[in-house]
Amino acid sequence: MKFKLIGIFTAVALLGACADKAATSGAATGSGATSGTAGVTPGSQQDLVANVGDRVFYSLDSSSLDGDARSTLNRQASWLARYPQSSIQVAGNCDERGTTEYNLALGQRRANAARDYLLARGTSSARITSVSYGKERPTALGSDEQAYAQNRNATTSVR
Amino acid sequence: MNLTRLLLARRSLLAGAAVSAVPLLAGSPKAQGIGGGNQQPEITVDRARTAPIPIAIPSFAGIPLGAEMTGVITNNLGRSGLFRPISPAAPAGGDGDTPNFGSWKALGAQALVTGRAEGGGSNVRVEFRLWDVLPGQQIQGTAYTTTSANWRRIAHIISDVIYERLLGEKGYFDTRIAYVAGSGPRDRRVKRLAIMDQDGESNHFLTDGTWLALTPRFHPTRDQIVFMSFQNNRPRVYTFDLGTNTQRVLGEYDGMTFAPRFSPDGNTIIMSVARGNGSEIIAVGLGGGPERRLTTGGAIDTSPCYSSDGTQIVFNSDRGGDQQLYVMDASGGGVRRISFGRGRYATPVWSPRGDLIAFTRLTGGTFAIGVMRPDGSGERILSESFSVEGPTFAPNGRVLMFYRENPARDRSGGGYSSRLVSIDITGFNERAVNTATDASDPAWSPLLA
Repeated sequence: MKFKLIGIFTAVALLGACADKAATSGAATGSGATSGTAGVTPGSQQDLVANVGDRVFYSLDSSSLDGDARSTLNRQASWLARYPQSSIQVAGNCDERGTTEYNLALGQRRANAARDYLLARGTSSARITSVSYGKERPTALGSDEQAYAQNRNATTSVR
Repeated sequence: MNLTRLLLARRSLLAGAAVSAVPLLAGSPKAQGIGGGNQQPEITVDRARTAPIPIAIPSFAGIPLGAEMTGVITNNLGRSGLFRPISPAAPAGGDGDTPNFGSWKALGAQALVTGRAEGGGSNVRVEFRLWDVLPGQQIQGTAYTTTSANWRRIAHIISDVIYERLLGEKGYFDTRIAYVAGSGPRDRRVKRLAIMDQDGESNHFLTDGTWLALTPRFHPTRDQIVFMSFQNNRPRVYTFDLGTNTQRVLGEYDGMTFAPRFSPDGNTIIMSVARGNGSEIIAVGLGGGPERRLTTGGAIDTSPCYSSDGTQIVFNSDRGGDQQLYVMDASGGGVRRISFGRGRYATPVWSPRGDLIAFTRLTGGTFAIGVMRPDGSGERILSESFSVEGPTFAPNGRVLMFYRENPARDRSGGGYSSRLVSIDITGFNERAVNTATDASDPAWSPLLA
């Protein structure tokens, strides 16, 4: 049940993200995280979510990184430099307003865009894997523009 | 799980107990109309413009299978939209095996089906006759011997015989639907590969839901499905063997593989592989092996589907900026765009008859299922709503199945649903297909002899 693991990570990330407007800022500040930054293991997924921001967002049918996305990825690259033992997976996701197969490819494009940015910022390719979930793993469950905006993302998980 | 029930070919029914199509008329290799000489009585109807054929289907004799089979046949014919079943309480018989045609005429029936299902266990004998009511002639008479477990297959086979004899083209009732059964909340959705009869009965789950399963498609002749699985968190195309209930990864092509489909001759699988900033279409053998690259160039090229004669491939690509439909030669050359309407176009599938390509069209607020000719002309939208996707043709090319999603009503995803729908290619006769769970990604099996 490897998906369970991913599911747990996503759920944790969602709690943080929803609580602190990650969808609009592109970064989780940790202000609304369940325990703040206290008690969070440095270098852990919770640390990444609370203090760095685990995901970047894309506009409709796009894989371009905007300013917010680049700042989040800059912080991720610095964070990865601080914890050189950790490896990550970047997962690309899409909103539900596309077809399954096209969205698998689009999600891969989004994951690649984030991965390539981290590589350019000095993260070793050996530490990064990427995967696409297309529209199969939405974090926001509604069917409205706000949910779609949250679901067009590349999400970084510590492995 | 009873594996034999998953097999598609009718020969699989023959294992152990023979299914024999025995002509009821002595000395005749094929059933013929009584007194018809060389003339085969046939009711021909132009179905585009005429009302459904009124057909009386009184309950077959024999308890309990007689009534059950009658129900399946009545449901099949009625759901096609091309027949109007009449199921009266009136007795079928006149003297012996010859019906009292006068009473059926009075009810407005043009055709009449009579039958009986006798025996049980490993030895069931089903006999049916199809009659042309006006002249009072038998059109078809056939007996089948099988085990009681196969009674549904026999009812579907009889439905196909009726369809073909009265409409002059092959039916699609003795077929299966492979699909993806969905359950659980959307952020942790469980998606299982499943297979059922085309009427929604005899459902079997083929995978246990540990890993996401997507986009199954049938092999044209073998008991095999090709689909995509996220097994071990590595999204790849797999084949699934229905005879042995085993799945196998289809090669390793250095990246996610997805959107697979068999060639019409069954010797090749085409699919997308994620590469660079997009996805390429490649062709491989049934066991994987060396690839033939059909498209290159950094665009997202996906959802490839062969033409029915295997000479061309339709696919969708964003090479021109957004998703549109393109056709190329099966070898990969001669690419030309065929979709020019409003919106984005996706998931093209070529009709088994060769005359149409069905697709999903995406515009701002709604998705639609439509058809166009292979050159892109004659576009018609058949069904439109918040979200419809993924058409698949019945083997006779007359009916499409696709799936419809209803949007979530609230931020916790309440109200979301995903169901299968069938529709005639004329755009009429849209019907929900019953499934036990939410369902998506339908694939219609071929009609196997």
